[in-house]
Amino acid sequence: MTIENTKVNLELDLRGEVCPYTFVKSKLAIEDMEIGEVLQVILDHMEAVDNVPKSMTNEGQQVLGVDQINETDWAVTILKQKD
Amino acid sequence: MAIKVYIPGPFRVATNNSSKIEGYGDDVGEVLKDVGRRYPGIKALIFDSKGEVADHVCVFINGRDINTLQNNGTKVTEGDEVSIVPAMSGGAVPFTEEQIRRYSRHIILPQVGGKGQRKLLGAKVLLIGAGGLGSPTALYLAAAGVGTLGIVDFDTVDISNLQRQILHHNHDVGRLKVTSAQESIADVNPDVQVIPHALALTSENALEIIRQYDIVVNGCDNFATRYLVNDACVFLNKPLVDGSIFLFEGQASVFMPGRGCYRCLYPAPPPPGMVPSCQEAGVLGVLPGIVGCVQAIETIKLILGIGEPLAGRLLLFDALSMDFRVMRLRKDPSCPVCGDNPTITELIDYEEFCGAPITVG
Repeated sequence: MTIENTKVNLELDLRGEVCPYTFVKSKLAIEDMEIGEVLQVILDHMEAVDNVPKSMTNEGQQVLGVDQINETDWAVTILKQKD
Repeated sequence: MAIKVYIPGPFRVATNNSSKIEGYGDDVGEVLKDVGRRYPGIKALIFDSKGEVADHVCVFINGRDINTLQNNGTKVTEGDEVSIVPAMSGGAVPFTEEQIRRYSRHIILPQVGGKGQRKLLGAKVLLIGAGGLGSPTALYLAAAGVGTLGIVDFDTVDISNLQRQILHHNHDVGRLKVTSAQESIADVNPDVQVIPHALALTSENALEIIRQYDIVVNGCDNFATRYLVNDACVFLNKPLVDGSIFLFEGQASVFMPGRGCYRCLYPAPPPPGMVPSCQEAGVLGVLPGIVGCVQAIETIKLILGIGEPLAGRLLLFDALSMDFRVMRLRKDPSCPVCGDNPTITELIDYEEFCGAPITVG
């Protein structure tokens, strides 16, 4: 999936952070956003690249993309669908 | 002259949890400066960098904004009350890094999240008794980040308490239970503000104390206090999370305003002497751990507004058969306190009603 044309409302740099805090911080960020807004989290912890999209889907949010952006970092793009 | 100064919740960190302190001076400005001198921590909270009252803080005297009077020059006289009232967003105060880690396992839960954790941090719970039931309840509520815990207990720690009252430790023997509880809780979670009430709950003070809290958790050890707390909660419309233990058995229930009360279940206590106390009959030390934890869970559910509260139901626990049963309870329309035509409309003499002296612990 690609995220090139998606408008991102908030970017959260979670490089250096590990599970479960990667998800905890992503969740806290999306709680304060409006439905229809897009959160992008930047991760460099491989386990979190798997877990954050999974947990966000479980919470009823829509994962728009999981993209490797350079050698070490990944961008997970999430559309807020649920309060 | 000495003027009473009301300190709001968020500023009480600077006044050793006191909501009312005294300030000396002839006008409001002098009183506030004096308060700042004696409670240095409060200066940064009230005043801006120029030493003026900050824009996000209002000061009232006897309920009137000093901006509509003579500001700091407003004269004060004996009996006046100065109130400090800061703006409160009511919204999202960001969690600290430590809080994110401390509460991460709550925040991850879909039913809690950051929003639920903020509800816990904003909740004010009153524990009646810091004994067998109050110990696990207090420790778990504190660990969960329930922001304000009031604890009523006049008693001191006795070595015979340590078999079950896990708030208290060997070095606490002889100390006030509320003091020991406050220290134990601070060791578990510094986010929690403990308000100690080192007194016996009576018909004279119960309403004033209970009024300050959202939820009451009953961990008392005698009928007089149980009826007193029940009646006070009915009169003040406070949810009551009740628990009691005896020998190897325990009971727990939640009484929600308008949905029945302890008197609907038991209109009157047993005659004095018919049921021996734990002191005479003994109690399995772990038992209050189970019942107190049930009370802690019910309290957290009420704060978060999740699940089905143990309201209209009585949980019975038998440790020897390891059996949990749930009985249905009904609101009694003829209940003397919460029924259709109540005959008890104010607190009564509970020692006389129960024929036994009141003690909490």
